[in-house]
Amino acid sequence: MLSTLLKQIKQYTLPSIVTPICMIGEVICEMVIPILMARIVDKGIYGNNMGVIYSTGALMVVIAILGLLAGLGGAYYGSMASTGFAKNLRKAMFDNIQTFSFANIDKFSTSGLVTRLTTDVTNIQNAYMMTLRMAMRAPASLVIAMVAAMMINAKVASIYLVAVIFLSVLMVYIMNKATKYFKQVFEKYDELNESVQENVSAIRVVKAYVREDYEDNKFKKAALNIYNMFVKAEMNIVYISPVMTGTIYICILLVSWVGAHMIVAGSLTTGELMSLLTYCMTILMNLMMLGMIFVMLTMASASGKRIAEVIEEKASITSKPDAIRSVADGSISFEHVDFAYNQTSEEPVLKDINLEIKSGETIGIIGGTGSAKSSLVNLISRLYDVTKGTVKVGGVDVRDYDLEVLRDQVSVVLQKNVLFSGSILDNLRWGDKNATEEECKRACRMACADEFIEKMPEGYNTQIEQGGTNVSGGQRQRLCIARALLKKPKILILDDSTSAVDTSTDAKIRKAFAEEIPGTTKLIIAQRISSVQGCDRIIVMEDGKVNGFGTHEELLQNNDIYREVYESQTGASGDADFDSAS
Amino acid sequence: MAEVKEIKGRNGGNRRGMPRPKVENPGKLFKRIMGYVFKFYPIHMIVVMVCIFVTVFSSVQGTLFTKTLIDGYIQPMLDAKIADPAGFVPDYGPLLGAMARVAVFYALGIIAAYVQSRTMIFINQGTLKRLREELFTHMESLPIKYFDTHAHGDIMSIYTNDIDTLRQMISQSIPQLLNSAITIVSVLASMIVLSIPLTAVTLVMVGVMLFCSAKATKASGKNFVAQQKNIGALNGYIEEMMTGQKVVKVFNHEQESIEQFDKLNEELCESAFKANAYSGALGPINAQLGNTSYVICAMIGGAIALSNSVAVGFTVGALASFLTFNKSFSMPINQVSMQFNSIIMALAGAERIFKLLDEQPETDDGYVMLVDAEEKNGQVVEADHHTGHWAWKHYHKATDTTTYQPMEGDVTFNGVDFGYTDEKMVLHDIVLHALPGQKIAFVGSTGAGKTTITNLINRFYDIQDGKIRYDNININKIKKADLRRSLGIVLQDTHLFTGTVRDNIRYGKLGATDEEVIAAAKLANAHSFIKRLPEGYDTMLTGDGANLSQGQRQLLAIARAAIADPPVLILDEATSSIDTRTEKIVQDGMDKLMKGRTTFVIAHRLSTVRNSDCIIVLEQGRIVEQGTHDELIAKKQRYYHLYTGMKDESVTA
Repeated sequence: MLSTLLKQIKQYTLPSIVTPICMIGEVICEMVIPILMARIVDKGIYGNNMGVIYSTGALMVVIAILGLLAGLGGAYYGSMASTGFAKNLRKAMFDNIQTFSFANIDKFSTSGLVTRLTTDVTNIQNAYMMTLRMAMRAPASLVIAMVAAMMINAKVASIYLVAVIFLSVLMVYIMNKATKYFKQVFEKYDELNESVQENVSAIRVVKAYVREDYEDNKFKKAALNIYNMFVKAEMNIVYISPVMTGTIYICILLVSWVGAHMIVAGSLTTGELMSLLTYCMTILMNLMMLGMIFVMLTMASASGKRIAEVIEEKASITSKPDAIRSVADGSISFEHVDFAYNQTSEEPVLKDINLEIKSGETIGIIGGTGSAKSSLVNLISRLYDVTKGTVKVGGVDVRDYDLEVLRDQVSVVLQKNVLFSGSILDNLRWGDKNATEEECKRACRMACADEFIEKMPEGYNTQIEQGGTNVSGGQRQRLCIARALLKKPKILILDDSTSAVDTSTDAKIRKAFAEEIPGTTKLIIAQRISSVQGCDRIIVMEDGKVNGFGTHEELLQNNDIYREVYESQTGASGDADFDSAS
Repeated sequence: MAEVKEIKGRNGGNRRGMPRPKVENPGKLFKRIMGYVFKFYPIHMIVVMVCIFVTVFSSVQGTLFTKTLIDGYIQPMLDAKIADPAGFVPDYGPLLGAMARVAVFYALGIIAAYVQSRTMIFINQGTLKRLREELFTHMESLPIKYFDTHAHGDIMSIYTNDIDTLRQMISQSIPQLLNSAITIVSVLASMIVLSIPLTAVTLVMVGVMLFCSAKATKASGKNFVAQQKNIGALNGYIEEMMTGQKVVKVFNHEQESIEQFDKLNEELCESAFKANAYSGALGPINAQLGNTSYVICAMIGGAIALSNSVAVGFTVGALASFLTFNKSFSMPINQVSMQFNSIIMALAGAERIFKLLDEQPETDDGYVMLVDAEEKNGQVVEADHHTGHWAWKHYHKATDTTTYQPMEGDVTFNGVDFGYTDEKMVLHDIVLHALPGQKIAFVGSTGAGKTTITNLINRFYDIQDGKIRYDNININKIKKADLRRSLGIVLQDTHLFTGTVRDNIRYGKLGATDEEVIAAAKLANAHSFIKRLPEGYDTMLTGDGANLSQGQRQLLAIARAAIADPPVLILDEATSSIDTRTEKIVQDGMDKLMKGRTTFVIAHRLSTVRNSDCIIVLEQGRIVEQGTHDELIAKKQRYYHLYTGMKDESVTA
């Protein structure tokens, strides 16, 4: 995981190296100052030498300026390195996500990918900056201060060494114990927030059943539980700071006592004692800092792992190197096709599918929820790959085509279709970047979208909001169909794409297809029998298998499922369509 | 519903990418937070303040000890040694005594620090618990409109982000601020005692330090705003692209989406770099200014101590102590300037928290109550047990009498106008009358106002004009809780709660026995699928029932309504994504439930609508037709066309 992440430092390698060097420079400057201080006191004051005071003072100012430059350098390059690193990580993820197949996308889920690209990257950016600036600085200060103290007086400095070892052991022990507790707390905390989320989205149910008090009590119980767990967890770390301060105090007292003896005995000077006391603070403060860095890195490592997962994910569907770059016609054939979403799952979603569809045919597909209608059509443009058997388009195995070529020729209107923020024209031109406005309008006419677009105040330049929230479901579906038409594909697949469109408009769209793009093979998945009964042939899907394949009349004669659906939707118990376009 | 969603989308869309709002009146907010803390933890807070005093006092004592050590003990001994090198016998007794005294101060300081952290845990977690509870309770009391007009993500972020920043503020920033303030005052006092000129020098340097901080903060602040904006833009883009990733694949749009991403990514990197570089510069600048201040004091102090150490009374020991003070003076000032940013952030969060808390709750002036009733001697009286009959308990203030009126389920709308906002009406002049036990169906296109009408009966929204009466009582006079209890609703969007299947059905009637739960499930045709679940009625549902199919979730929602056994039913169905065969099962469950109750149905299925006592055809918020199926067919207008349009097509298509 670490190497995957570090590879993304790329052009920011130099700043990443310069930053710690700057920080070490800053530390050295800071360490030298107490030594010079001692010199002022010992040589200057006791030596009754004003010259030494001034020259040493001047040297100290110079060093302070050097320290400032090093510090500024550290801030500058550290910021450059960490924000750049974050940028590269985001790009590496985003680029790789663009190569993902549907199977890869399913594996991560939309919200999972968003979190990785946003929150997780921010965590890593902060941790990286911290590491570059502090992770070098803290141990460096610690070591330098220790060495400096040793040089002044090894005997006194050994007191610090003992303190450092004592505190390190204690801190590792406490952190270990505390992280366990905190992990539990945060899990519970997430649960609490989930229940809030649940209440926010189901507020109508809560209010309809007058369950406000009930939910309140439930929440209070959970909140109390969280409170108790948090208190318990924090009790574990509450003595870190007193122990820390206590250790510093003990060190000061010991050093003062031992130092006093030594000064009297003549083996230590007053100035040196003062320097030693300054180092005491430096050493223990930096130890504390190290502990904090350790905790922060532990927390960031979870984010790092999630990011690395995305970067390392291999796209499960790619074009062959010598892929075919043209599609002969819109014929489709399925030969003994099995398909499972999960390679390891025992039950395939599609079982032994055999179909021959001629170029230019209009095929209806009908079947209950979960009968694998979408799965069937998703194999045609290689959104998923078959588990067994072959799918051929234009007589060639779809796996032999260049993906881009195949998907340009097989245009799919997905069941969960999405519009993007931008004007209607922008959205339509997803189908064809270079489409003229006239071409766009023609596609909209075929999809019966022109009428409502023209009624909008800004017509084709109307801005669509993110997720297409400012158009109705039926309007969105028609725009998506127009967008797919602009590709001028050899095969057009509508996956339940007119469910929110009223029946008469639905019929108009199908009529336009028949008249305007007769050469295009059309596959239409629908719930409504009226949407498919006029097709050349109809596939009846049931439980992952083709239950029937034939014309409307044939199926009415010899297919029980088709007949049942037909009867349930027509006649007395039929499904009137009150949901006409508004 | 379409209107509602539109509001939601617009709001959510606009807010994204905006920089954090400026906190208005930070002082007042701060006072309010502190008021909260003090209100519930007055003694704890006093303890904490005392502890902070003790801690600071002991650390100042410790610093002063350096001076005492050198001047009071080491120097005299050294002098004695020089005066009489041969006969000098060091006496460490007094030093030991002084150290013991300091050790006591230290011990006090440590104890105080411990007590402080411990007490802070209770204050911090306790305050947050209370805030959380208050937020939740208050949120539950808010009208539906609030949830329509606020993006759910924004509400959630109050519970997560804002509460979190507030936690940091209460647990870290405030104690540190207090600590810093006390330190600054006491250190300043000690410095003045030691040397006034050196104190002046130190103060000048602090002034320079503050000036530089202000400059750097301003520069980084500007870039932080830019960074925030760019983060918003990039995150919005990421969210959009990840949601539409499959569409991107289908349209071979990968390259274009990468190009746009690169642009936004680059912009964010640029502003983030600047913001961080400026804020990162603050530390070294202040640190080195601190060092410079230290150096200047050392030089001036050294000169003073050297020239006439006896006359001024400024000793080497005093200098040593002063220099330590000098360092411990710049530290808290740096801390204050650093804490300042996080406090502003926390205040912005607190502002959002209080905004929710200040939101007007749903008003309820109703006083008519719904009670179990039974008939005794020809009189309707209140019963203390469930009788299957209800009555409206009507208290008349003028005469101080209580009357009971049997609950029948008669609903009338009289010239009702309604709009989600006052500017845009979505329902106009709705007039309808549902007799007890009747079935009323609403038909019409999406956005015609079908769901809206049903939301008015249970007062999810209040009407602008007209009257709605329930058993001839104006619904405004009925207590909201009782009104809603009398109405069983199966909503368009099914929502289930985390818990077992049994818990979810029982949601309709909390005291229901297991037998009642099963009976309700059977009534809703849900029993057979529940039995087949891995753990039957004890199967855990999570994530809004994500492990169930759409149809199964709907059946559970019907069972939930069934167990409540309400006199009036509102069924707002959403079966467009359910296949015909599943829909039939769902429908059968509903049909059983409707028997004998006044029912309002919104439906697509003709079989549901056909046998209604009254069918109401809505178009753009107006009733265009109403009557029975046969009447409307005979009229040969809108309903007839909707009904036959499909038939015609099935022949021609």
